[in-house]
Amino acid sequence: MTPNSCAIVGAAETTDLGKIPGMGQINLHADAALNALADCGLTIKDIDGVATAGHNPTELAHYLGITPTWVDGTSVGGCSFMVHVRHAVAALEAGLCKTVLITHGESGRSRAGVFARAIFPAVFDMQFEQPYGVTAPPNRFTLPVMRKMKDDGLTEEQLAMVAVVQREWAAFHPRASFRDPITVDDVLNSRMIAWPFRLLMCCLVTDGGGALILTKADRAKDFPTKPVYIRGVGESVETPVVSQMKDFTSSRAFKVSGKLAFDSAGITHSDVDHLMIYDAFAHLPVYGLEDLGFVGKGEGGAFIAEGNTRPGGKLPMNTNGGGLSYMHSGMYGMYALQESVRQMRGISPAQVDGAKISVCHGVGGMFAASGTVVMTNDPA
Amino acid sequence: MSTTDRVVPTPTPETRHYWEGAKAGELRLQRCDACETAYFPPRPFCPECGSRKVSVFKASGKATLHSYVINHLPAPGFSGPFAIAVVKLAEGPTMMSNILDCPQTPEALVLDMPLEVTFEPLTDEISLPQFKPAGS
Repeated sequence: MTPNSCAIVGAAETTDLGKIPGMGQINLHADAALNALADCGLTIKDIDGVATAGHNPTELAHYLGITPTWVDGTSVGGCSFMVHVRHAVAALEAGLCKTVLITHGESGRSRAGVFARAIFPAVFDMQFEQPYGVTAPPNRFTLPVMRKMKDDGLTEEQLAMVAVVQREWAAFHPRASFRDPITVDDVLNSRMIAWPFRLLMCCLVTDGGGALILTKADRAKDFPTKPVYIRGVGESVETPVVSQMKDFTSSRAFKVSGKLAFDSAGITHSDVDHLMIYDAFAHLPVYGLEDLGFVGKGEGGAFIAEGNTRPGGKLPMNTNGGGLSYMHSGMYGMYALQESVRQMRGISPAQVDGAKISVCHGVGGMFAASGTVVMTNDPA
Repeated sequence: MSTTDRVVPTPTPETRHYWEGAKAGELRLQRCDACETAYFPPRPFCPECGSRKVSVFKASGKATLHSYVINHLPAPGFSGPFAIAVVKLAEGPTMMSNILDCPQTPEALVLDMPLEVTFEPLTDEISLPQFKPAGS
């Protein structure tokens, strides 16, 4: 890709977030899409490219009344939307379409209008993991962490601090699910889910959606919104079953995707003003900081615990409160992207003053996949 | 540990040797004849070099405790907090397991502790490879 060749011109979440029992899942996609179209002054007839995950893009295009010339149904979990951004840039640069809509909608809590699982079980999962009693992300995604604690010195208190710091950010956001301050003791004394993980180290389960609209950068100035340029992108996958992750202390998918994004953007870590790392569970920002290269191996937990990512810290991270406090529908990546867009537009309730470059890093499945997007408001 | 309501694996053409081995009380892995990599889960080619020349062999059954959680969420056929673990086989690959014949506590479940394979019958056809403390 060419840095800054494309831009996000429309971005919005669903009208409501949290508990939305009166809206079926496909309509969460549509609500977010219509909000994003209104955001940038387009109509549905202007859209000729569609990407989504969780629902088939055919279903989405038909539901919205779109006749696309380009579709992408890449569904690799919660980072699918970062991956869609990468694919959309490639499609726009190649001239396959002119205006791309990427949508997410998930009735994670209310399960309204949900008829299929977002990610279908793989052949290895059914034979070699489910018989051992793994049932859900809290007892799967957490499996590598004891290894990391022993090998890299990560502690329970450091994991608890991830949740504490993100709650500090959530306090800025009127739409966040949980905004009241919490302490390390609150986290460690919350209900045990899967040792060593307590409830407050695990993400929320809520309803919502979000949508992005992308065009080539040469059109971006024609819109009422401040363009947010795509400066770099990356993606990768590793394994559908966490037991086969090669290194339990580091994600190969994170490393590959992160390096692609930084290299394509032509930036170094010191250029980054704002960072989002998908936090389905408290250990993910630790792995992310290390695997993206912001800190050395084994330093992520201490980096967060020492306050470097909290409000006023040198690397503001997960400034919406993240999946731990803001919202988490199941495929959270769209909400991380939305906060990066708000930061680049200068309109986040937790705005980082003068931020020009935001890195938004997603995970899919249980360390199964990854997508990374580098955004900027300064294409010079 | 109850076996009612447990998720029972459905073998595929590529994994049948593994499940037939487990029923016979053998942990069967595959090894590449070309690059000698031992690998799991089963597939009829080497995931390291792509060679189709691979052989099934009986593994030693020795492993170490690589990582785990003690699950407190409900799980079909399980009761009470129980460990979901990943073990590292002596031959190299990792695989998921529960840890049988051992208290399900952080004090008893020590990383890198030696384990040995055992087999848990789920149905007449399917026995599940499991691990327990070595010599227990």
